[in-house]
Amino acid sequence: MNRGGSSPSAAANYLLCTNCRKVLRKDKRIRVSQPLTRGPSAFIPEKEVVQANTVDERTNFLVEEYSTSGRLDNITQVMSLHTQYLESFLRSQFYMLRMDGPLPLPYRHYIAIMAAARHQCSYLINMHVDEFLKTGGIAEWLNGLEYVPQRLKNLNEINKLLAHRPWLITKEHIQKLVKTGENNWSLPELVHAVVLLAHYHALASFVFGSGINPERDPEISNGFTLISVNNFCVCDLANDNNIENASLSGGNFGIVDSLSELEALMERMKRLQEEREDEEASQEEMSTRFEKEKKESLFVVSGDTFHSFPHSDFEDDMIITSDVSRYIEDPGFGYEDFARRGEEHLPTFRAQDYTWENHGFSLVNRLYSDIGHLLDEKFRMVYNLTYNTMATHEDVDTTMLRRALFNYVHCMFGIRYDDYDYGEVNQLLERSLKVYIKTVTCYPERTTKRMYDSYWRQFKHSEKVHVNLLLMEARMQAELLYALRAITRHLT
Amino acid sequence: MEKMSRVTTALGGSVLTGRTMHCHLDAPANAISVCRDAAQVVVAGRSIFKIYAIEEEQFVEKLNLRVGRKPSLNLSCADVVWHQMDENLLATAATNGVVVTWNLGRPSRNKQDQLFTEHKRTVNKVCFHPTEAHVLLSGSQDGFMKCFDLRRKDSVSTFSGQSESVRDVQFSIRDYFTFASTFENGNVQLWDIRRPDRCERMFTAHNGPVFCCDWHPEDRGWLATGGRDKMVKVWDMTTHRAKEMHCVQTIASVARVKWRPECRHHLATCSMMVDHNIYVWDVRRPFVPAAMFEEHRDVTTGIAWRHPHDPSFLLSGSKDSSLCQHLFRDASQPVERANPEGLCYGLFGDLAFAAKESLVAAESGRKPYTGDRRHPIFFKRKLDPAEPFAGLASSALSVFETEPGGGSMRWFVDTAERYALAGRPLAELCDHNAKVARELGRNQVAQTWTMLRIIYCSPGLVPTANLNHSVGKGGSCGLPLMNSFNLKDMAPGLGSEARLDRSKGDARSDTVLLDSSATLITNEDNEETEGSDVPADYLLGDVEGEEDELYLLDPEHAHPEEPECVLPQEAFPLRHEIVDTPPGPEHLQDKADSPHVSGSEADVASLAPVDSCFSLLSVSHALYDSRLPPDFFSVLVRDMLHFYAEQGDVQMAVSVLIILGERVRKDIDEQTQEHWYTSYIDLLQRFRLWNVSNEVVKLSTSRAVSCLNQASTTLHVNCSHCKRPMSSRGWVCDRCHRCASMCAVCHHVVKGLFVWCQGCSHGGHLQHIMKWLEGSSHCPAGCGHLCEYS
Repeated sequence: MNRGGSSPSAAANYLLCTNCRKVLRKDKRIRVSQPLTRGPSAFIPEKEVVQANTVDERTNFLVEEYSTSGRLDNITQVMSLHTQYLESFLRSQFYMLRMDGPLPLPYRHYIAIMAAARHQCSYLINMHVDEFLKTGGIAEWLNGLEYVPQRLKNLNEINKLLAHRPWLITKEHIQKLVKTGENNWSLPELVHAVVLLAHYHALASFVFGSGINPERDPEISNGFTLISVNNFCVCDLANDNNIENASLSGGNFGIVDSLSELEALMERMKRLQEEREDEEASQEEMSTRFEKEKKESLFVVSGDTFHSFPHSDFEDDMIITSDVSRYIEDPGFGYEDFARRGEEHLPTFRAQDYTWENHGFSLVNRLYSDIGHLLDEKFRMVYNLTYNTMATHEDVDTTMLRRALFNYVHCMFGIRYDDYDYGEVNQLLERSLKVYIKTVTCYPERTTKRMYDSYWRQFKHSEKVHVNLLLMEARMQAELLYALRAITRHLT
Repeated sequence: MEKMSRVTTALGGSVLTGRTMHCHLDAPANAISVCRDAAQVVVAGRSIFKIYAIEEEQFVEKLNLRVGRKPSLNLSCADVVWHQMDENLLATAATNGVVVTWNLGRPSRNKQDQLFTEHKRTVNKVCFHPTEAHVLLSGSQDGFMKCFDLRRKDSVSTFSGQSESVRDVQFSIRDYFTFASTFENGNVQLWDIRRPDRCERMFTAHNGPVFCCDWHPEDRGWLATGGRDKMVKVWDMTTHRAKEMHCVQTIASVARVKWRPECRHHLATCSMMVDHNIYVWDVRRPFVPAAMFEEHRDVTTGIAWRHPHDPSFLLSGSKDSSLCQHLFRDASQPVERANPEGLCYGLFGDLAFAAKESLVAAESGRKPYTGDRRHPIFFKRKLDPAEPFAGLASSALSVFETEPGGGSMRWFVDTAERYALAGRPLAELCDHNAKVARELGRNQVAQTWTMLRIIYCSPGLVPTANLNHSVGKGGSCGLPLMNSFNLKDMAPGLGSEARLDRSKGDARSDTVLLDSSATLITNEDNEETEGSDVPADYLLGDVEGEEDELYLLDPEHAHPEEPECVLPQEAFPLRHEIVDTPPGPEHLQDKADSPHVSGSEADVASLAPVDSCFSLLSVSHALYDSRLPPDFFSVLVRDMLHFYAEQGDVQMAVSVLIILGERVRKDIDEQTQEHWYTSYIDLLQRFRLWNVSNEVVKLSTSRAVSCLNQASTTLHVNCSHCKRPMSSRGWVCDRCHRCASMCAVCHHVVKGLFVWCQGCSHGGHLQHIMKWLEGSSHCPAGCGHLCEYS
């Protein structure tokens, strides 16, 4: 975990992305250069975050109050670019980890580990391994899933589905878990676990999406070896020095290009707003647009020049390289597009039939009191957060953009809003952004700095973090909606 | 009947009839609305939009408004409303934000009339003006409300709630221009339809979204609102500030609320999640619903009273794809099932007990139990004039006042503190406890202890010292001595009876024995009242209890050993008695076994009364030793423990249980033991006898109880430098990597007991500080504080 050294072994701590691996395999002489970024994030220059931080008393206060580890970790540092949000985030996280709840403290951290392991997020795993031991967890459990009680192991299935294909969760899954028996879960416990799982899946998205660096001084006080894998490939980090490989990044954008890109986006937003007033798409058109968007998201990642490898290749590599797979079963199980070609049609989740505000909240709050309010506040906060700016422009109403981001994430999980015109997504979210969104929400472990850099070049880093927050919360809400709907169906 | 006749007039001759019925829909319903003629109902949902005729016995599908090849999102309804003036006019709110009006008078198959696509988000609610034919109001997720004139193609005016989303809009029934709207952020706004620029009034009604509201059909200013916070509130809007008149707490978030026609204080609610029932509340009785309809299997999404002047028919649609008509008289009334009883302790130990009058009357037989020791002081009957349910209104309130001193639990505290429960031989414990009990004037308890000692202690361990002790006691007390004479006189009689029964069988002996014991008791109790200094009422209570016990026990335990339980009131003869009677049952058990033995016992028994105490006892001991295993008494002891516990003296039960330990434990089931332990511990803690309670927990053998000591044993410490909690170890801080608690004397880290001065907060190892303060009165840290150690 020590990133200071300059020995080749330090480089070995970084995962090699498949591409580099291939290159390496071909040419053994390639020397990998040292990653150049410091600070909390590999994507964001240190000074961006630190500058914002030094002035912020509020953040320090929040950390004092709500952080479980008691220190300003990298996630918090990056999030502190949005202090308003940070408060509700930390409050809800603190509540689910430390306050009254049906699950014992070590369980909570272990569930967090299980959730993060689905995305091979070693950052979160390390963090919670630490906390797990501190709260009195049994060290043996950290050897892997075979060592944990059957009850926790049973959670595996729902963890897997929730992380990658939440639409497959049915009331049968819930029934299996709560069925009376030796290892059964009570409903409040289950809800607590589901909230934790969804939270940490989504947080893993944020960690990868924002390129959170490992903590500088991990406390290995307990003698437990931490998994020392950074998930960023050196090739991602090395491109800081602007030696952009044209063939990899798919086109060389000059500054002029990106400027006009921003202008074009603003223009489109304005046009859309005006369009609404005069022209209305027909009903059929509207519903096909959703289907189209859903289908299109299929091609988004596989069509990317950078990651155009056969799937199997990818997954194999992932399994081998990660040490974290001991916390999960069936590591090959990943996101699969909701609308797959040639498969039977899954019913679309109609957002209006099971909304967070009406249904999800009531259920969650009933079974795990007060978390509903905290989550509600967090969702509301992230959805409404705006500084009315876009890159260099001020006084812009970004509602449309935020809604497009939020709904696009839900769209990939098969959740459809009747009152949303999915044509907007197409207009507002450029291809590179879609690639980024899809990667961050569905396969966060594959996020690269190039993806992060390639969209919205003119935008500030804080705005990109804002995007990540939106993606994270949208994902969490989507997972929760599916899980809670299954629980509701089990109840009725 | 009265109401029915009114309905008839209201409906102009046609009487509404029907029964509780339901019909299956093809899809889940989102909303329903009733036609003015009360004979048709429209059901709307995501994939259903149909009109049903309500007939006498069933619902009949009349019209399917979902026509066309392709299902359009315009037909996916979130809400539907039927115009109350025009039977042909309907409006729906679509989830995609479109407001559609329907004209049933159109000749074509497609009845769709107009389409308003002005809202950007889902429209949650549509509402027709109650008297104006062409005015329609809609409220949407986008935070806007729009007013449409159906003669025009677009909205007349737009109202911005300046908030996230509108959940409900309702025109006031009385005020022509007013409408109310509710919001997701908990606000309720009042608007004048002529002034779209700003709302007339706004207030926060709920915590979280307000899902619904309904104006009272008769009272001009009353508005009922229901929210996600599981509350229904009734507001008076006539005053300057909206005043909360009533508040009903339900068990789930409130999705719909509808005032019940012709019943000023009734409203119906249904919930959005979890709870499938429809409730009708009397807002003045906010705790128990007046009526409950339980037909639906999934959440109810729409409710409507069938006719605006008929309170007995309620229609409802549900997510379980069914449409129901509920008849009020078929509703279940939770109040009937509830036991309206209340119990409360006053500040000074008075006890108030309120119950339905019929209940009190019916169970007067149980009265002696509750009024055992305290006497009802007054008995008040109060009728609530506002109460609509005459039957439920009358409840009786009894207050039991504590008599001064009578309720004192001094004896409990003393006993708890002075009893010895462990650490000494059984005999000594018993004697000690007997002594304690006697000193507190609890003679029966004292006797029980003495008996226990005799039963369970092998004679070798109970040498004459003990006997001397008891003799001494008897002599010094004086009074018991007299008793013992008395009893001695009685005893031969008893003994002979026992022998009698041995020869004749047990049937007769029971009655005889019981009789005699009863007389014995009366005897004792006279004497005790005369001579004792204990409050009379307390003794009286005790005696009552005994009598109870006698009568309670005798039908089931028709055993000669019975008297033992009671007799041990007095010192000596009773012991003798114990020795005397047991052979009875034993003999009964194995009659063929040893006639000789019984004969010899009988001899001993008959000898006993005339013999001196000492000789008698020694004989009995020998006998005990040779013949009667302590197990023999376990049934008896068990009954005794149960008796004490029943009587409320759980202290005795637990103490005996602890002291006897293995000897009796197996005879009493685990759960009962646990129950006793927990009640005793609870009592002890109420009296703040922490040490005793802890001892009891420690000594208990029940696992559930002893683990009480393991709970919340963590002590959280904060670091003295950075003020953050120290999570891993108590003496070194993870954060600042410093040792937090240093001993001021030896300057080493304190890892065990840390004692510190509350004045200057310096401290250290307990021993060190103790030692230091022996020699100096100043703080060892040199801060100059004069520390005290106590």
